[in-house]
Amino acid sequence: MIELQNVCRTFTVGDQQVAALRDIDLRLDAGEYISIMGPSGSGKSTMLNMLGLLDRPSSGTYLLDGGNVTELNDEQQARVRREKIGFVFQSFHLVPRLTAAQNVELPMILAGIPAEERNARVRVLMQNYGLSDRADHKPDQLSGGQRQRVAIARATVMNPTVLLADEPTGNLDRNTGWEVLKLLEGLLEQGITLVLVTHDAEIGARAHRCIHMLDGRIISDERQEK
Amino acid sequence: MKLADTLQFASGSLRGSPTRTLLMMLAMSIGVAAVVVLTALGEGARRYVIDQFSSLGTNLVIVLPGRTETAGVGPGLMSGQTPRDITLDDAQALLRSRAIKRIAPLTVGSATISRGALNREVVVAGSSSDMLGIRHMSIAVGSFLPPGDLHDSASVCVLGNAIKRELFGNEQAVGQSVRLGDRRFRVIGVLASQGESMGMRTDDLVIIPVATAHQLFNTTSLFRVLIEAKNRDAIEAAVSEAEKIMVQRHSGERDVTVITQDAILQTFDRILTALTMAVGGIAAISLAVAGVLIMNVMLIAVAQRIREIGLLKALGAPARQIRHLFFAEAVLLSGVGSVAGLALGYMGSFIIGKVYPMLPVSPPWWAVLAATLTALGTGVLFSVWPARRAARLDPVAALAGK
Ligand SMILES: Nc1ncnc2c1ncn2[C@@H]1O[C@H](COP(=O)(O)OP(=O)(O)O)[C@@H](O)[C@H]1O
Ligand SMILES: [Mg+2]
Repeated sequence: MIELQNVCRTFTVGDQQVAALRDIDLRLDAGEYISIMGPSGSGKSTMLNMLGLLDRPSSGTYLLDGGNVTELNDEQQARVRREKIGFVFQSFHLVPRLTAAQNVELPMILAGIPAEERNARVRVLMQNYGLSDRADHKPDQLSGGQRQRVAIARATVMNPTVLLADEPTGNLDRNTGWEVLKLLEGLLEQGITLVLVTHDAEIGARAHRCIHMLDGRIISDERQEK
Repeated sequence: MKLADTLQFASGSLRGSPTRTLLMMLAMSIGVAAVVVLTALGEGARRYVIDQFSSLGTNLVIVLPGRTETAGVGPGLMSGQTPRDITLDDAQALLRSRAIKRIAPLTVGSATISRGALNREVVVAGSSSDMLGIRHMSIAVGSFLPPGDLHDSASVCVLGNAIKRELFGNEQAVGQSVRLGDRRFRVIGVLASQGESMGMRTDDLVIIPVATAHQLFNTTSLFRVLIEAKNRDAIEAAVSEAEKIMVQRHSGERDVTVITQDAILQTFDRILTALTMAVGGIAAISLAVAGVLIMNVMLIAVAQRIREIGLLKALGAPARQIRHLFFAEAVLLSGVGSVAGLALGYMGSFIIGKVYPMLPVSPPWWAVLAATLTALGTGVLFSVWPARRAARLDPVAALAGK
């Protein structure tokens, strides 16, 4: 479904070239549960941004469902992000002036979905994620776990095929972190492809496929039967 | 993204920082209100002057002695002559023109009017019966000068309202007699109070037959001949024919000036309209200032909301949509700002109208339209740069707040 061929990403810092990704070849199939681990600065986030079309490769090819997305223009890439990709961030990234429900609604507003349908979908999701009584709360009135659940609801409201989570439990205590993880793993039953960047070896080991990165390269890629 | 949603989202972000939003709207509305009030004042002044002129008479053409149009050396100097006087017969001759409906000769001087022990200095106008209609005067009591031969020098007079009150108080004046200089006059009428009209107070005027005035002031020349053209379209013909007749009668010498009230009016109209536009334009500069303010504040907003912009991109908003969101904010800001400004401006004009009742203040529609469009235009124009800057942000960097 997703295929990176020989992808490099270099940043220019001053007059220096920093290679964040080097010669990445990677194939992800639909419904996979993948964890990406590695030390800080090894290129995990850059990899995730690349997969989520937030970043463009300096060289190499990105194929999504057989099509070369590096050739798409801004408008087309935005459409792919809107319809096929969900993001969950370490720091939640909720819009502070919007309520929990409005934050969840946001991707549908951008997609031009009519209000009645938006409200219906938001209500179902908030219920599923145990947020019904928090729907009208602003983010600063929510706990960390609740915020991340709102963020996950927002990431899944458009029924994406891929969910990209960059250290989603990084800002949460252990128990809350596990709850959030369970929520994400529950999405696998709906056939979503889950890519999880994490520092936590215990969490990373739960994935069906563990990728280790170092210095912009994939140093190991192991599948494990569960 | 639907238009309604775009506007709603934009208004949400505006309400998210109310102080900033209110300040920008205030700047916008002050600009719009300034344009409205200042042009209303200019327009008021213009209408005031036009009303004043119109009260002088309609389709009015005036003949005065001497040639004033020629710049530099006058014809009198060229021919070694002083301009010839305009006589009563000259005035009468003007009636030959078919474009001229009626005329009123005018001689002006001052004399002492007295009744018993009461006396004062007054302006005396010598004229004829048609003066009443041509100058839009009206009679309160009695009658105006009788029609008939212009050379008749009857000893009758019509008193201005103020003079009548000074000399007669509440007594009946018509039928009584007064002295002008050392000659006795019978009062045949009293003018209705008219107030000021172009600096000439008819209230303080005494009107007598023109021939009588010539005897009183020992002259044969006229100060002016007032002409009323048949209608608006006949004004031009009246002017040229009056000139032709006068030249004929003055043995080929062009030694009179014929002016139309229309020409004077148009000059004033042009000057005052230009003034109104200039004042409105200066006020519009404050709109541009408001625009720069909006741009500045929006650039700050882009910086402050950089994570939100990154998020919107991550959620699938193309650059175009981000631009539209910022445009929508600018349009809402300047739209609401101009509506508030219009309300403020109309309120201001209303108050000025109450304070100066004689000034017909009302903002001209073109200024209101221009102010609103300028406000909206500057709002959108000055948001182009911030909007583009927001739309071009790199999503990863924006999410990181960089
Ligand atoms: N915008 C950027 N500009 C310059 N260097 C960057 C940028 N983003 C990432 N890098 C560099 O790329 C490398 C990988 O970064 P990142 O993908 O964030 O690592 P990780 O998420 O594994 O900690 C690091 O060396 C980092 O300094
Ligand atoms: Mg990272």
